[in-house]
Amino acid sequence: MWAFIHKLGSPKWFYDISERLQPWFWAAAALLILVGSVWGLAFAPADYQQGNSFRIIYVHVPAAFLAQSIFVGLAVAALVFMVWKIKVADMAAAVMAPLGAAMTFIALFSGSVWGVPTWGTWWMWDARLTSMLILLFLYFGVIALRGAFASRDSGSRAASVLAMVGVINIPIIKYSVDWWYTLHQPASFTITSRPSMPVEMWWPLLLMVLGFYSFFIALTLMRTRSEILRRESNKRWVRDLVREDG
Amino acid sequence: MAFDSLQAFLAMGGHAPYVWTAWCVTAALMLGSLVHARAERRSLLRDLKRRERRARSELSREEVDDT
Repeated sequence: MWAFIHKLGSPKWFYDISERLQPWFWAAAALLILVGSVWGLAFAPADYQQGNSFRIIYVHVPAAFLAQSIFVGLAVAALVFMVWKIKVADMAAAVMAPLGAAMTFIALFSGSVWGVPTWGTWWMWDARLTSMLILLFLYFGVIALRGAFASRDSGSRAASVLAMVGVINIPIIKYSVDWWYTLHQPASFTITSRPSMPVEMWWPLLLMVLGFYSFFIALTLMRTRSEILRRESNKRWVRDLVREDG
Repeated sequence: MAFDSLQAFLAMGGHAPYVWTAWCVTAALMLGSLVHARAERRSLLRDLKRRERRARSELSREEVDDT
């Protein structure tokens, strides 16, 4: 078990294994998002109350899921980095944060656009909306802290601490719709219970959610590999690899 | 198919501005991340190669000096 963790933590081992995994996640992402988009935009039936504006759900919900999952990922990576000093975890955290911020922005933006025809307002200081806005600022904080120190290690540790503390916001986001029932509706998509929407609407949403997760994994693998090369550029294996590459 | 024609599809039953704005911003950010990641990798490899070449040529110059 420990040997496995340390092997996983070796940048070279990660670099090699991720090269083999990456194409599968890209292929899955492309396929799932393509099918999910066509299905969701053109084939799923219009909502009986919201008409076609409900089709925003197919980008809104997957982005909101990812926004929260990526932050949990950041916190886990930060913990692994701080406790076991595994550098790859910190590299992954460094590349995950900007995508998490982008996903949070997509969730907020698509939600606002959706709110205009549905709620008659693009913004309200509702608990869900506010806690998502806080998540966006937490992402900005994590990204800014990382770059705010002269030494990279200090930046990594500061960003890790904020990620581990900030993760408290995630359960708040999740339960905000139940604790303070103001504007945003409770979760309409869960894997565990029976769908609360017709299956013809639910299937494309499932595909989109899985597609967004695949995209996130593929992009994180790709960018972590770049980060490994950058940070390990003086290591023997990286120099050999660069030379072999031409 | 939920729409009768291409026009109906594009009009989204009057919700075109909302649906297409949300989708286009999402697509732009995701494609942007992909393009950025590719450019990042390419320029990084270019830099590393240049460094490696320079390191090697310095090494060979030192060897010449030694003789």
